[in-house]
Amino acid sequence: MSSSFKEEPKLTIAMPKGRIFEEAVGFLQQAGLNVTAELKDSRKLIIPVEGTNLQFILAKPTDVPTYVEYGVADVGVVGKDVLLEEERDVYELLDLRIGYCRMMVAGLPGWKPTEAPRVASKYPRIASRYFRQQGQQVEVIKLNGSVELAPMIGLADRIVDIVSTGQTLRENGLVELEHICDITTRLIANRASYRMKSEAVDDVAQKFLQVIPKR
Amino acid sequence: MMTRPLGFEKPLGMRDILPESLAKQRHLEASLRNCIEKWGYAEIYTPSLEYFDTVGTASATLADRMFKLLDKQGHTVVLRPDLTTPIARVVSSLYKDVPMPIRLYYQANVFRAQEKEAGRDAEFFQTGVELIGDASVDADAEAIALAVFALRAAQVPSFKIAIGHIDFVDGLLEEIVADSEIQAQLQQFLHDRDYVGYRQTVEELSITENDRRRLHTLLHLRGDGRKIADAYDLTVNGKARKAVETLASLWKALEAYGVTDDLLLDFNLISNLNYYTGIVFEGYAADLGSPLLGGGRYDHLLAQFGRPAPATGFALKMDRLMQVTSLVAQPAAAKTYIGYTAGKRDEALREAQRLRQAGNIVVTRLFASVAEYEQAMQETAGNWILLQGQEEGE
Repeated sequence: MSSSFKEEPKLTIAMPKGRIFEEAVGFLQQAGLNVTAELKDSRKLIIPVEGTNLQFILAKPTDVPTYVEYGVADVGVVGKDVLLEEERDVYELLDLRIGYCRMMVAGLPGWKPTEAPRVASKYPRIASRYFRQQGQQVEVIKLNGSVELAPMIGLADRIVDIVSTGQTLRENGLVELEHICDITTRLIANRASYRMKSEAVDDVAQKFLQVIPKR
Repeated sequence: MMTRPLGFEKPLGMRDILPESLAKQRHLEASLRNCIEKWGYAEIYTPSLEYFDTVGTASATLADRMFKLLDKQGHTVVLRPDLTTPIARVVSSLYKDVPMPIRLYYQANVFRAQEKEAGRDAEFFQTGVELIGDASVDADAEAIALAVFALRAAQVPSFKIAIGHIDFVDGLLEEIVADSEIQAQLQQFLHDRDYVGYRQTVEELSITENDRRRLHTLLHLRGDGRKIADAYDLTVNGKARKAVETLASLWKALEAYGVTDDLLLDFNLISNLNYYTGIVFEGYAADLGSPLLGGGRYDHLLAQFGRPAPATGFALKMDRLMQVTSLVAQPAAAKTYIGYTAGKRDEALREAQRLRQAGNIVVTRLFASVAEYEQAMQETAGNWILLQGQEEGE
């Protein structure tokens, strides 16, 4: 006589503002999660999706893995560059194959090894790890933006940064020296949510999987 | 950058536990103790400091996460990073003539240096059990069932324990992937929970499409007892199939305990690659981002102390349990305050002792004047009594 009512657990998805936001929102739309309008227009940071068990958190990209590791978001959408830099303990479930770019070493044309090499980067851990693997000891200077400026003003002789078209590098008179790795956007999940909310997490992953661009 | 610490600061990862939360923690510990002792486990304590060369090197905790110091003789000592390793030392030395199986439990603090920020304590409390000298699957089942009962005793409203077997992934990779370096690489991806890296590597392998499908299927092998059949189909023979058979008979034993509703199988669960040797498990609670329990079979540890023996056990993280338990500390009983002025000390202390013997909590306090007494009465709630003497000249 009475309808059985079982409340589904809420699933919180952390979305990155910035570089990959537009593409990621388009991705959600294709995956059938109709949240585009709310996400784009809203100035709110937490956005529940009516009629579903989903809610979104809008976060700075570097904070997405932090939210997911601590479990305040169950899953998150974030670039591999951030994952490599932050080294958070999370499940990396899917390569969404969007937000493609390359992690590069760049410098002024005709760059020659120097006695005390200095590298400027927004990604100090990635830079340190990479040069260590190459058997080079370098001093890494952490910058928060406009990294391309560093070689021109003599702050560093090389930089490590993500490059998509290479236009910014060219405009600043820099050339790509070494390719570290390719970067794409990933779906990540919290360790406990992956187990405690496995159905909801799998459901989102499955929806995403359907719309991942083929190679 | 090291600046001189300010008065209120503590070393990274260290925290104070104030009376209100400590009361709750003690209550929680008592509930766990009560549960675990009913299964015949005896409590043990081991020292805070151990030699790095013995316990330090045998421990599952990485050396760079241990707090190391030098003792007066110049030996490197460590603050105990866990209790399992010291217990292995005790079982192999002081307890070497005690017949196995041996059932021990502990409630103690352990120390692990942290690199990162808040929420990652460097000193934390654990409640754990060790069942030493029983290689049977029934011993594994006992450890897991006891973990379930302990979480129930701790009143964790919603939890799951995931169970896997180290040999399943190991054996499956050995069956399919010839190159041992790639095997290790795939295992590392699973350990790091990097499924993207795992899939990419699998895609690049030159193996049959069927074998590729088998490696991909591994990622989806989690669920209830019905997954055992799927896992069985995935294996051909040897190590991996034996692991499935072990898990199947474990599941039967756990059904006999009636706890399978709180469990799930996860065939790609890998924790602590070089330490665990068989069945492993991890416990999770709703609304808690990190596991609150970890355990499994460690059959190689005891041999390092000269008494080879199979063993299994688990440890509960008390700080995480504190966040999810619905247990509340007993409200503190009301206190009686006896204030007295100089001349009435004997009488006041006698009265206090009489009331304490009758079961009351009594605080005594000397006051210089009635006004001071009245002030204190306003600041602190309780039953106040004033014994006022004949003052010898105000």
